[in-house]
Amino acid sequence: MERIPILKMGSFLLVTVQVDMHDRLAMTLQDDLTGRIVKDRAHGVLIDISSLEIVDSFIGRMIGNIASMARVLDAETVVVGMRPAVAITLVELGLSLPGVRTALNVDQGVELLKECIEERAQGNGHVAG
Amino acid sequence: MEKRTKLAEIVGSQQDTILKDWVDFQLNAITLRRDLMKESELREQSREFLNLFTQAAQTGSDVGEATWKPVKDFLGQITRSRVLLGFPPSETATFIFSLKQPLFDVIRAAVKDPKDLVTDMWTTTTLLDKIGLYVMELHQQNREEVIHRQQEELLELSTPVVQLFENILALPLIGTLDSARTQVVMENLLQRIVETGATISIIDITGVPTVDTLVAQHLLKTVAAARLMGADCIISGIRPQIAQTIVHLGVDLSEVTTKATLADAFMIALQRTGATVTKSAASKTKG
Repeated sequence: MERIPILKMGSFLLVTVQVDMHDRLAMTLQDDLTGRIVKDRAHGVLIDISSLEIVDSFIGRMIGNIASMARVLDAETVVVGMRPAVAITLVELGLSLPGVRTALNVDQGVELLKECIEERAQGNGHVAG
Repeated sequence: MEKRTKLAEIVGSQQDTILKDWVDFQLNAITLRRDLMKESELREQSREFLNLFTQAAQTGSDVGEATWKPVKDFLGQITRSRVLLGFPPSETATFIFSLKQPLFDVIRAAVKDPKDLVTDMWTTTTLLDKIGLYVMELHQQNREEVIHRQQEELLELSTPVVQLFENILALPLIGTLDSARTQVVMENLLQRIVETGATISIIDITGVPTVDTLVAQHLLKTVAAARLMGADCIISGIRPQIAQTIVHLGVDLSEVTTKATLADAFMIALQRTGATVTKSAASKTKG
């Protein structure tokens, strides 16, 4: 069965969506990713959707859901590389993915994740101290 | 048919008289705009038209026929030039309708039998009405083209995206935001974000005259789309009245950073990207 690969990069997970997502594929990704976050104890997830050209309301919602689930599992999530057309479509569909962090490309995404995790570590330190 | 050739015959033989009367009539008409067109030009146009008209009338009085094409082409040409000069529609129509009287005069003089006279008059008047309507349509069409072109130009002119600093874009909006413009603005901004890799974009609304719920919604859409691309947005240039309107309308801008001036927004953007602005030593000593 077709699957979207999930790569491990240090303490991050990198998900690259290289094909157009269909509903079943998105559901599978949701299962796989949540499983991997727990198994690998990842602190951050990068979802690269730069190859994604077509989104509908379902896929839009799934992207948001996957990001929220990852956050529940204590991993910061950044969606990177969204195309302008996709962004406009999502906004027009009323799905502006509130609470999901976004970045223009993987580079900026990694930077953002590092910052987030640092901040969180500092925050935790304060609580402990 | 006999009737048709008669019109052509009369017009052909008395072309000079008709032309003289017609031009006189046009020059005396109250709708004439001497400031827009010279007398010689009008005379030339009238002569040319009458020539083509005579040629076409010889073949029949059905304007839809191919033989009338030169007449139509010529009309298209002069109507376009008149629209560009800013002629009112009534003046363009008068060009055709004023031909009626001189034509009727010569027909009345040439045709003796009352029955024939009525038939000829009728043929002529329907023919001229058709041409008149055609000219009006052309006029309208040309006007619409002008409006359409201006709209497009306005759309292109009014949505520049400028780069202020590395990773900082500015989008100075001028004029009211409607759905069509928002679409163009959004596309331009997102495209530039991709090209420059900008992380912050400043939307300056100093030039937006009024902000109602619809405009606010369009702004928020643009902000949301830019955020999805990983760029933070700052809205700047909010005038006091607009701040009041926004609050009165109950528009929620709490999720967006807003600043009163573009300068403030730029400073915040610099801070966020980790850049600082300092005055050089030279200017310090001067100050």
